Amino acid sequence: MKLELRGITKRFGSLVANDHINLVVQPGEIHCLLGENGAGKSTLMNVLYGLYQAEEGDVLLDDVVQRFAGPGDAMRAGIGMVHQHFMLIPVFTVAENVMLGHEQTGLAGKLDLDAARAKVREISARFGFHVDPDAIVGDLPVGVQQRVEIIKALSRDAKVLVFDEPTAVLTPQETDELMNIMRQLRDEGTSIVFITHKLREVREVADRITVIRLGKVVGEASPTASNSELAALMVGRAVELTVHKETARPGAASLVVRNLDVIDPLGLKVVNNVSFEVHEGEILAIAGVQGNGQTELTEAIMGLQPRVSGEISLNGEKLTGLSVRRILNAGVGFVPEDRTEDGLVGEFTIAENLMLDRSDSLPFVKNGNLQLGYLAEFAQEKKDEFDIRAQSITTMAGRLSGGNQQKVVLARELSRELKLFVASQPTRGIDVGSIEFVHKRMVATRDAGIPVIVVSTELDEVVALADRIAVMYRGSIVGIVPGNTPRDILGLMMAGETPTGVAA
Amino acid sequence: MSDTTATTAPSANEPQKAAKPETPRSNQVLSEILNGNFVITILAVVFALIIGAVLIAVTNEDVQKASGYFFAAPGDTLGAVWQAVSGAYGALFQGAIYNFRRDSFVDGIKPLTDTLTFATPLIAAALGIGIAFRVGLFNIGGRGQMLIAAACAGWVGFSFELPWGVHLVIAVVAGIAGGAIWGGLVGFLKARTGAHEVILTIMLNYVAFYLISWMLRTPGLLQAPGSVNPKSPPMMDTAVFPDILGPKYNLHLGFVFVIAATIFAWWLLNRSSLGFQFRAVGENPNAARVAGINVKNTYVQAMLISGGLVGLAGVMQVLGTVTTGFSAGIDAGIGFDAITVALLGRSRPWGIFAAGVLFGAFKAGGFAMQAAEGIPIDIVTVVQSLIVLFIAAPPLIRAVFFLPQGKKSTKLKLNVSKEVAAK
Repeated sequence: MKLELRGITKRFGSLVANDHINLVVQPGEIHCLLGENGAGKSTLMNVLYGLYQAEEGDVLLDDVVQRFAGPGDAMRAGIGMVHQHFMLIPVFTVAENVMLGHEQTGLAGKLDLDAARAKVREISARFGFHVDPDAIVGDLPVGVQQRVEIIKALSRDAKVLVFDEPTAVLTPQETDELMNIMRQLRDEGTSIVFITHKLREVREVADRITVIRLGKVVGEASPTASNSELAALMVGRAVELTVHKETARPGAASLVVRNLDVIDPLGLKVVNNVSFEVHEGEILAIAGVQGNGQTELTEAIMGLQPRVSGEISLNGEKLTGLSVRRILNAGVGFVPEDRTEDGLVGEFTIAENLMLDRSDSLPFVKNGNLQLGYLAEFAQEKKDEFDIRAQSITTMAGRLSGGNQQKVVLARELSRELKLFVASQPTRGIDVGSIEFVHKRMVATRDAGIPVIVVSTELDEVVALADRIAVMYRGSIVGIVPGNTPRDILGLMMAGETPTGVAA
Repeated sequence: MSDTTATTAPSANEPQKAAKPETPRSNQVLSEILNGNFVITILAVVFALIIGAVLIAVTNEDVQKASGYFFAAPGDTLGAVWQAVSGAYGALFQGAIYNFRRDSFVDGIKPLTDTLTFATPLIAAALGIGIAFRVGLFNIGGRGQMLIAAACAGWVGFSFELPWGVHLVIAVVAGIAGGAIWGGLVGFLKARTGAHEVILTIMLNYVAFYLISWMLRTPGLLQAPGSVNPKSPPMMDTAVFPDILGPKYNLHLGFVFVIAATIFAWWLLNRSSLGFQFRAVGENPNAARVAGINVKNTYVQAMLISGGLVGLAGVMQVLGTVTTGFSAGIDAGIGFDAITVALLGRSRPWGIFAAGVLFGAFKAGGFAMQAAEGIPIDIVTVVQSLIVLFIAAPPLIRAVFFLPQGKKSTKLKLNVSKEVAAK
């Protein structure tokens, strides 16, 4: 089925998320939609899927104009979507999930599960998915869950499949398998729209590439284009994709973690017997697929996890059992993974956010009084130093773009005297320009002799920054390897395998 | 933060929800109400008064009679409507602000001082409720905190013979402490056990009411000696708030306390480090926790201060409004009205002050309206309720007055797109 978007324009108030976007996807083609976060890719797909109504423009399927009032219409017309976060009910079986929303019923409303099972088997067999229709979805690995999503879309006879950032939750190996599935689907005549901001994947699988920037189509590229050409198109200027850094000169071991266990509120051991050291003046990257205990590990270091056993010490001083306040005071800087939820108070001004974690002591507080004059001075200085793009220091943090929000968090954390810097997903969801800035600051922090921990699920980021890499899988560290370890080995480790020659 | 990243959503037909546990929906509603703009507040008041006018007109007998022959002489009906409405609101004004029928300014201005007298405990209690709102807590326990505070202050007020000045101060302090403890108990239980403050405060209202009722019925505790009524002895003169404008007016020293309390609340929320932490916890408890703020302690501190200020309202009642001895009804519903006032004032101290004066005016004027025009005082209550209803529903007000949709809603929409986009 041929999909055509013609002059799609979508506005949110004064913001134009999509500005007269034209896009044609031929049957049997993988069409990549490349753009930074916030470029308008997802908005466009939500228009296509009927979640938003465009102010202008048409969606055409096989040259027939379509009107979608909601996703139901889009699905009936043959559009399927595989979301980045799956729309599955974990306690239902695969078959139940697949039939959800268009259940076939027999006598007296009895669900016809057999039909659903047969459908799952049929599609699985066609593509070699090996999915058991009676497995509980919550028990399946993430990669298989994604296949369930694909089966779900195909079971509704989708002729156009949209993959919205499908690889964010996958290991490199699972990503490769997904690519194969996409090629297979293409060969069967399905039109595929593949949304991503990862350049390597694009070049691997795309037949055509459309680049979107600030809501506009800025160009088409062929899959043979180089990474830097694509990045330049995406950002609108030449970008440094690699981080320039000198070789590390590690000093003494500063942060020592020994036999750390973390138990989550459900009673599961999410960090399992983890031990490592971070030296002064080095960046230790913690790699791994999302949800393998990295988040809990950083939270344990910050004193944010209630059930922790084992030992964490910084320069000989024990951190376990201390309150967050004391740990911050001990000189630990922390960039949380979810900045809008844990890093910032959206309804506070930039200035107020800059003093958030020093709300009870000098220089911002004297005798219980806020030192607003000093705060304004400080905030102005940091706004300039960290290039926070906002009207003024009284702008609400919630109104800033992701990159600028992250700069506020960084400015706050790097303005203290630090003994350790922990950054969790520091560049998630921010623009390429800000990523460059964030990476530079992290390397500068390392060069100042401060031990740095970076948690990242992006292999590119890990490889760019790390002096050493610890790979986590299911709560344990699979191994700690040098920063120049090849990607395929890292990929295997992220899947839980210990390659030979790597000390666990 | 689960081990897998699979999100649950009812079906692919709906935009998905965030996987993380979000801040409770009630907090979002609260923050939307509290961050709304000033124009909406004014329009809500105006709109409520208009609906009040309609109710006055419809219930008026002359209007009903005249409307029976509306098509014969529509002027009669309109005239009657005008008569009814202007009479009612005129009386409201004369009862609340200035009475033109009196000869001298000294007599004419008395309604305004009555307004302020009625406003005094309302503002104090609303400041307490408002501070709790800013920390993200719904303190519905104004009644219980007021009762305990009134009992503490009253007990000091009638049982000890102390010198003038000292007696009043001790009584006030005792009352505030009583309210603070009753409120702080809620914060403590919430912090320790995770119990929800709404349930705790409501239940503690009952506990306080029956505790005080029992003490008022028990000789030797709070009951007046030689009496069989559930009522305390009168306050000693040394413990009573003196009238600040002379015996002609009812306005008492409590009003000065309330101004001081408003300044204190303003300083606390806007200039102190404690208030900074309060607001941080109220807006985003997760970020506050990560930033090293002890969220649980903050809840306890906030409820202590909240209860203390609500307690001050109880003190006003027992040492200012009804000094002849109190019963278990001494709170006079102020603990609940204060929620309304706090919302109307958007939990900003001076906003609460203004809202409290407005509600004091409704109270003072309502009586005059009833006396002069025979309009039931319930109309005033309806108007008060409508004001809050409209404030809680800004889109309605915008639609009624053809205002553009505020920035707030644009931002909400954007959030939706981000949510759908990010997943």
